[in-house]
Amino acid sequence: MNIAVCIKQTPDTAIRVKVADDGKSIVQDGIQWVINPYDEFAVEEALQLTEKHGGEVTIVSLGPAGIEKTIREALAMGAHKAIRIDADHIPDDPSVTAKALVEVLKNGNYDLIFLGRQAVDDDHHQMASLVSQALGLPCVTVVVKLEIDGGKGTALREVEGGYEKVAFALPAVIGANRHLNTPRYRSLKGIMQAKKKTIEVLPATLAAPKLVVEKLTPPPAKKEGKIFKNGAADAAEVARLLRDEAKVI
Amino acid sequence: MKPFESPDYFNMDELLSDEEKMIRSAVREWVGENVMPVIEKAYLDAVFPRDLIPQMGELGLFGPNLPEKYGCAGTNNVAYGIMMQELERADSGVRSFASVQGSLVMYPIYAYGTEKQRQHWLPKLASGEKIGCFGLTEPDHGSDPGGMKTTAVKDGNSYILNGAKMWITNGTLADVAVVWAKLDGTVRGFLVEKGTPGFSAPEMHNKHSLRASVTSELILQDCRIPAENLLPESGGLKSPLGCLTQARYGIAWGVMGAAMACYDEALNYAKTRIQFDKPIASFQLVQQKLVYMVTEITKMQLLSLQLGRLKDQKKFKFTHVSMAKRNNVFQALEIARLARDILGANGITAEYQSMRHMCNLETVKTYEGTHDIHTLIIGADITGIPAYS
Ligand SMILES: Cc1cc2nc3c(=O)[nH]c(=O)nc-3n(C[C@H](O)[C@H](O)[C@H](O)COP(=O)(O)OP(=O)(O)OC[C@H]3O[C@@H](n4cnc5c(N)ncnc54)[C@H](O)[C@@H]3O)c2cc1C
Repeated sequence: MNIAVCIKQTPDTAIRVKVADDGKSIVQDGIQWVINPYDEFAVEEALQLTEKHGGEVTIVSLGPAGIEKTIREALAMGAHKAIRIDADHIPDDPSVTAKALVEVLKNGNYDLIFLGRQAVDDDHHQMASLVSQALGLPCVTVVVKLEIDGGKGTALREVEGGYEKVAFALPAVIGANRHLNTPRYRSLKGIMQAKKKTIEVLPATLAAPKLVVEKLTPPPAKKEGKIFKNGAADAAEVARLLRDEAKVI
Repeated sequence: MKPFESPDYFNMDELLSDEEKMIRSAVREWVGENVMPVIEKAYLDAVFPRDLIPQMGELGLFGPNLPEKYGCAGTNNVAYGIMMQELERADSGVRSFASVQGSLVMYPIYAYGTEKQRQHWLPKLASGEKIGCFGLTEPDHGSDPGGMKTTAVKDGNSYILNGAKMWITNGTLADVAVVWAKLDGTVRGFLVEKGTPGFSAPEMHNKHSLRASVTSELILQDCRIPAENLLPESGGLKSPLGCLTQARYGIAWGVMGAAMACYDEALNYAKTRIQFDKPIASFQLVQQKLVYMVTEITKMQLLSLQLGRLKDQKKFKFTHVSMAKRNNVFQALEIARLARDILGANGITAEYQSMRHMCNLETVKTYEGTHDIHTLIIGADITGIPAYS
């Protein structure tokens, strides 16, 4: 199988980001960059498929040279090679990124193209749809279970309150969700081998954005927590608040 | 839970390559998710968490600085040190397991063994399929291994080993023991396999330290091994000492992990524990302790990194390792004691890690050349006068 996985470099979610002075971007200093967590599920799934069916996994990512560190993380997991689409920044408008990705993906003759269901930084949830649309391929996203057999696939998708099972023909575009698999740890051997793998750099001509970020606002400060002091006697009240106020149960 | 962040007061990260940092985050992530949740109980129960062994093999934590053709990762020595730091952030026992397997078993087979021995053992030891131990210390010969009583006698196509080893990490678990014995008066290394008649490895119990690690005796009674189990390139005390230099290198890095864990715990505790209506971190005496800790950690980092770079450039001497082992273990132990102190009564419980690290580090201070023996090694180097012969 010939598989491409599109990954995006995003800030580590464990880190608290700060809005920069321009009010439109985040302070880059001190940020730990990681593979977008949903993309990690995509990489893992692609690796498992090639381990089972043979073939190669190519990582595709758009951005400046600095993202090669993150691309190497995916290579350390076991991906075979990578393409970096060279651009001086990662576009804010998903349609711009999608166009540039498609320019490269259309030449790769891929059986499957994986992406994460969304990037955790800008949360657009669009890339899989945009890419599949441009390539004229089926798009299956929010996938939690995937089976590929010959030229066909079935996928379980998470939908509101349950699951939907869909069938599709390859080639196809898959948007990975959490729970699709457990991404492997990078091994020391994998990290050492990643160094020797090639990252092909291709030029990009970015289209003019149709969408620009005007302002970033940090979330409002958290309200103070409620403390219940009566032990078991408060259980019913806690349950009621979890249901009616927090709406988590 | 927020992932662990190591103190980096002097921007030491700037001195590490991307690959070294990637190895650190890979090991840190695995340790955080797989070792931290089980280690406290393993320590209290005095068992080594054996489930970790295949995972450690998979990650490549055994002998990563040995060549790829033997199934190893082929990292540089700095990356090897960083990995040890991350393991000991969890527990000295887990780091000891990796030290013994990599530096004291795989290394001598690599350095003193035949190609056939390497091909046979190294891939299996690297993957964790086989476990090894290193038997040098004897009941009556610790700091003075040259006085060892264990002997090997050639008999046809075999060697017959007699003697007893003590305090042997992983002994009871091991599939193969690297045993040091005198053959015609010269110290040589032998591979003794589990199950060989005349060889047993009972576990030693009731330790107050390194409880999440198996420590054993090795008993050799007319133990007959094939002549091909001799490590042919070993000869003289310099051979086991060569292994110890490798292991001590890993220890110098490893103990920083324990020290960092203690500092992190004490700092967080001090900022949240209120006494006299103020966080205890606001008291000058507590600040002094915290400052001591972070300063010593920073000095250790600089010492270890330069040691690693020297080792990678093949410019390092065993006396450099002695200085780093001696200093870093001593300071890590001081830091663990201070952390325990800052934690007050909570510090003596298994809810916190500092006392476990403190107890472990008492072993680390003694094994692999005691603190004082390293003083004498450096003393002999700078004065030209050995104080121990
Ligand atoms: C948990 C644990 C695991 C171990 N694992 C292993 C292992 O896997 N393999 C192995 O071979 N060994 C192992 N050891 C043994 C360890 O290496 C020895 O304990 C160590 O070398 C010290 O020897 P000793 O205990 O006999 O102490 P001794 O040599 O009796 O020393 C006692 C004290 O005397 C001091 N002293 C000794 N000689 C001098 C001198 N000339 N001048 C000044 N002071 C001196 C020492 O510094 C020390 O303070 C382990 C030990 C422990 C506790």
